Amino acid sequence: MLKRVHFKPSILPYLLVTPQIIITVVFFFWPASQALYQSLLVEDAFGLSSKFVWLENFEELFADELYFDAFSRTAFFSFMVAASSMSIALVLAGTADRVVKATLAYRTMLIWPYAVAPVIAGALWLFMFDPTLGIIVYVLDAFGYEWNHKLNGGEAMFLVIVAAAWKQVSYNFLFFLAAMQSIPKSLIEAAAIDGAGPGRRFWTIIFPLITPTTFFLLVVNIVYAFFETFGIVHAVTQGGPAKATEILVYKVFNDGFIGLDLGGSAAQSVILMIIVIIITVIQFRYIEKKVEYQ
Amino acid sequence: MFNKTIFTTTALTMTLAASTAFAAVEIQWWHAMGGTNGERVNKIASDFNATQSKYKVVPVYKGNYTETMTAAIAAFRAKKQPNIVQVFEVGTATMMAAKGAVYPIEDLMKDAGVTLDKSIYLPAVISYYQTPKGDLLSMPFNSSTPVLWYNKDAFAKAGVSSVPTTWEEMEAASDKVLSAGYKCGFSFGWQSWVMIENYSAWHNLALGTKENGFAGLDTKFTFNNDKVKAHIAKLASWQKDKVFVYGGRRGDSLPKFTNGECAMWMNSSAYYGSIKKQAKFNFGQAMMPVDTDVAKAAQNSIIGGATLWVLKGKSKDSYKGTAEFMNYLSSAKVQAWWHQETGYVPITMPAADLSREQGFYKENPGTDTAIKQLSLNTPTPNSKGLRFGNFVQIRDIINEEMEAIWNGSKTAAQGLDDAANRGNKLLRKFEKANAKTN
Repeated sequence: MLKRVHFKPSILPYLLVTPQIIITVVFFFWPASQALYQSLLVEDAFGLSSKFVWLENFEELFADELYFDAFSRTAFFSFMVAASSMSIALVLAGTADRVVKATLAYRTMLIWPYAVAPVIAGALWLFMFDPTLGIIVYVLDAFGYEWNHKLNGGEAMFLVIVAAAWKQVSYNFLFFLAAMQSIPKSLIEAAAIDGAGPGRRFWTIIFPLITPTTFFLLVVNIVYAFFETFGIVHAVTQGGPAKATEILVYKVFNDGFIGLDLGGSAAQSVILMIIVIIITVIQFRYIEKKVEYQ
Repeated sequence: MFNKTIFTTTALTMTLAASTAFAAVEIQWWHAMGGTNGERVNKIASDFNATQSKYKVVPVYKGNYTETMTAAIAAFRAKKQPNIVQVFEVGTATMMAAKGAVYPIEDLMKDAGVTLDKSIYLPAVISYYQTPKGDLLSMPFNSSTPVLWYNKDAFAKAGVSSVPTTWEEMEAASDKVLSAGYKCGFSFGWQSWVMIENYSAWHNLALGTKENGFAGLDTKFTFNNDKVKAHIAKLASWQKDKVFVYGGRRGDSLPKFTNGECAMWMNSSAYYGSIKKQAKFNFGQAMMPVDTDVAKAAQNSIIGGATLWVLKGKSKDSYKGTAEFMNYLSSAKVQAWWHQETGYVPITMPAADLSREQGFYKENPGTDTAIKQLSLNTPTPNSKGLRFGNFVQIRDIINEEMEAIWNGSKTAAQGLDDAANRGNKLLRKFEKANAKTN
């Protein structure tokens, strides 16, 4: 039987967490509740006439079969962004970990893209892939490939994935590198003495030991792909051609901020919020079991 | 601490000094004119400020059209709205429906005692912004209309002797330039505006019921008629031989014209400045071609661009100044200058006359094409413009469906039907959101 120790109740712990709670309430709960409320209204842009319509905005969304296409599109987009940015970052971190000379220069260059705003990242790739002016398109043309993401939905999707993933590589790289460097060198040296080559060392020692980081990054990347990529889509394709790159968050942005349909946009963001909550719960319940914390 | 106090005191003194020196009533003007046009907007404001000392117009660049409109609406909701905001034409229905937020120009001028002579305005320009009763809601500022831009050098090289005036001639001219080695016949931008909205007005076809939405919110789209379908189907089939090449939304296809890929390009007359700067060949502008299967002759084209809306909730004094500024803005001198610099059409007849007297059209042949197109005939209910709610989103839908037609995933008939059906849903939604319940 453990002895229960009684401390005098103190308000200090509450005081210490208050700032965090205030921030969470003001910046997360309050806007979320506003979105929830707004999603039940039909309102004109100026907010002069507003009508409470219960779940009509949601009914309208679900009656629209085009809206469902956006789900699978978003799933594909998010998976591709997370998978490609994480695997590229992993390879880069794995190689950078072993670089001896000029490490700082390499790392700085690799971290750089993270400082680029999403819209700018989109614009950069847009210039390189512009069907008329783009440098990459020019090269592709020399190989006989006619690039036109303004008509070809697959190419447009590829382009937004590349732009979104490129920006995220730096962030992932940073975390992977830190995780790799926290692995005791003795473990790797021991494996090397036992005759394990770099590839085997990576898969049997390094990769399992960084799973907590990988898992964390998976959650972060999926949330990023779901929520923060509308700027890139806006700059590169505006959801086109023919909706080929209209992911859920872009539709929220476009309907709300461009189309000024606040109720419909709020309803969509509520749905998006629910999806991300579900995904995060699934990740923590099932995938986390495979994570080996040290 | 001490430094801070000094700083605050100095700042305070300076503010006081400034406010006594400029006791003028400030009038905020939010606009969406970036780059060179932004500088021109600043010049208009500072020139007006120099003519009097009671009011001070302060232009503020707020980003592109949608950003400017959204910013103004958000500001209105926060009670921090500007006096004047520039709103693009497709936002007209949204602004109009916001009766409690906008101060119609007609009322503004009347209340301020400034005369407004509507008879001098170009009918095709002003009709877009009038109520069915004829009251002017917003002040036309920068208006343009789609014209046919063509590469004179390409025409000469390919042996095209006259500029196409019909769609058959468009095809024939395209074939000639293609066999002369050019990569594409023609392209166009702002596809909904040029190929649906203006194509319909140009051939006197209705875009929707209720006078294109002018006569009521319970309007429905009719642009999915056989004539427009046939036209779009023809365009789609022309892609095979590169008679037509799609180059993206808005003005994205401009480089295709200016770098000499496409010999012709249909888009706003306001691209005059850009083309002049970028094209390394002789170019000209002409009226849009007529589809002889649909109409014998053209009706008139409709405008695009933006107008200045006055928002409610400011001081009476500032509205007096706003009215005077509107008066200054639409004067022949200012309008003629603006027109000649930018390629936007002059909004009044005296401004066009002044430009003619100054010899502008003689020195720059073709620059009066836009005015000619707009004033070709008295606008009919089908050609005075359009007023559909949620039209910003509906244009996106039209863009999407047209792209589906261009890339072959839908037929022209199917794409246009889908666009009209999806658009109608948004029209109903707008009707619902703006139906006054109390």
